[in-house]
Amino acid sequence: MPKVKETEILIVGGGPAGLSAASAAANLGASVLVLERDEKPGGQLIKQTHKFFGSKKQYAGDRGYQIGDLLIEQCGNNPKVEVWTNTTALGIYEDGVVTAEGRAKHLKINPKKIIVATGASEKMITFPNNDLPGIYGAGAVQTLMNVHGIVPGRRVLMIGAGNIGLIVSYQLMQAGVEIAAIIEAAPTIGGYLVHASKIRRAGVPILTSHTITEAYGNESVEGAIICKLDEGWQPVSGSEQDLKVDVICLAVGLSPLTELCFQADCQMKYVSELSGHVPVRNEHLETTRPGLYVAGDVSGVEEASSAMVEGRLAGISAACSLGYGEDIAPKLQAEALAELSELRAGPAGQKTLRGIMNLMDKGGAVC
Amino acid sequence: MQTKETIVCRCEDITLEEIKSLIDQGYRTIDEIKRVIRAGMGPCQGRTCRMLIAQELAKYYGIPVGEVLMPTFRPTVRPVKLGTFAGGE
Repeated sequence: MPKVKETEILIVGGGPAGLSAASAAANLGASVLVLERDEKPGGQLIKQTHKFFGSKKQYAGDRGYQIGDLLIEQCGNNPKVEVWTNTTALGIYEDGVVTAEGRAKHLKINPKKIIVATGASEKMITFPNNDLPGIYGAGAVQTLMNVHGIVPGRRVLMIGAGNIGLIVSYQLMQAGVEIAAIIEAAPTIGGYLVHASKIRRAGVPILTSHTITEAYGNESVEGAIICKLDEGWQPVSGSEQDLKVDVICLAVGLSPLTELCFQADCQMKYVSELSGHVPVRNEHLETTRPGLYVAGDVSGVEEASSAMVEGRLAGISAACSLGYGEDIAPKLQAEALAELSELRAGPAGQKTLRGIMNLMDKGGAVC
Repeated sequence: MQTKETIVCRCEDITLEEIKSLIDQGYRTIDEIKRVIRAGMGPCQGRTCRMLIAQELAKYYGIPVGEVLMPTFRPTVRPVKLGTFAGGE
C-alpha cells in the first residue's frame, strides 16, 4: 500500500474558496495540500466571463476566469502550496485520515487541519419528462459554452431568474442562442436587476410567478408547457403556454456539497437561506469537529466574492491554530470579517446574514 | 415518447410515482427508500435526488423539509473501481 501523505493543512476543493485558503495559510508559513477534482483548479471561476461586483479588494471589475487565473498563479508562486489535480477526496475517517482518488490510485492523507471547500451542486426539479436529452443544469451549459466552446442548441427556456439564470441567459444570447423566455416561480426576480434589465432590453421576457408543467419531445426536447402560478403557488388553469424550444436550462439553485462534513460528524443544520444542510461553525469557520474548517458554498451558497474571503479567513484561522502568524492573524481575521460584512450589506446579503444568524442561534455553535 | 415520467433519481432511473408509492406504503426515511429501490445509490450518490425525496416526505408528513432525517453518509463519496483500491489499473 502507498504510504500516507503528511501535510499541515489539507484543503478539499481548488475553487475560489479553496485557492484563497491555500495562499492565505501558506503566506503565514503553513504547508498546504489542495485536492482538486478537475484537471485545472479554479472551480466555477474558469467559466465565468462576466465582471464581478464588490470592491477592488474582491477583484471587482475583473472577469471570473481572470480572477481564477490570478488565484492559481498566487498558489503556483508559493512553494508552500502543493496542488493535486484530477484528485477527488473520498472520505474523512475518525482518526482524521482523508482518502482520495487520483490518477486511478487510492491515496491516504494525514493532515493536521482540514479545510472543506467543496462548493455546491445544481439542484433539479420534478416535472414530466425531466430526463429528456436537452435538459441541462444552467451551470453545465455555462461550462459547455465557455470552457468547451459548444452551444447547447438553438432556442432555450431558462428556468430560474436568480443570478445564474440571468447571467447564463445573457451569455447564451452573446453566443447567438435565442432565449424563448426566462421563467421564475417566485413573484420577483431573484438576481441583480442590472443583469435582468440587460436581458429585458434585448426583448427576452422574464415571466415571474411562472413554472414548467412538462417538457415534451420524441428523442430530445422539442418544447415545454409553462403556466402561471397564483399567490398560493398553484397553477392557474387556462394560463398554459406552449414554447417551442430544444433546450431547457435549470437554474433553480445550488445545494452545498456537504457529504464530507456529514462523514466527519460535524453538527449539521438545514438552513433554507443558505440553500440546504450546512455545518455549524464559529466565526472563524471552524466546525464542531475541531480542526475542520469550511469555506465557500459548502458553508452556505453565496457568491464567489464571499467564497474567496471565507477561504482566506479559514486559511488564516487554520494556520494560526498551528502556531503560524499568531501575531498578525487576529488583525487579518478582523479584516476578512469586515470584508464579509461589507459584501453582505446589500439586499442579497441580508438573506445570507439571516441564514447565518439562524445557524448560529439554534445550532449551539461556540462563538 | 410513450409515457410521461418524472424522474427523481437520474442515476437509478427512479420516478416520482415510485417514490410516492413507497411513502404511501409507509416507508418513512430516505434510507428506507434507498434500501428498497436504490434511489441515491448511483454514481452521484444521492446529490440530485436526496432533497427531492426529502421534500416528498416533508409534504406527506406535514413537517419542514429540514426535519426529514438525512441518510447516513459514508466513504466513499463517489464510486471507485476495485482496481483503484488494489493499487492500480
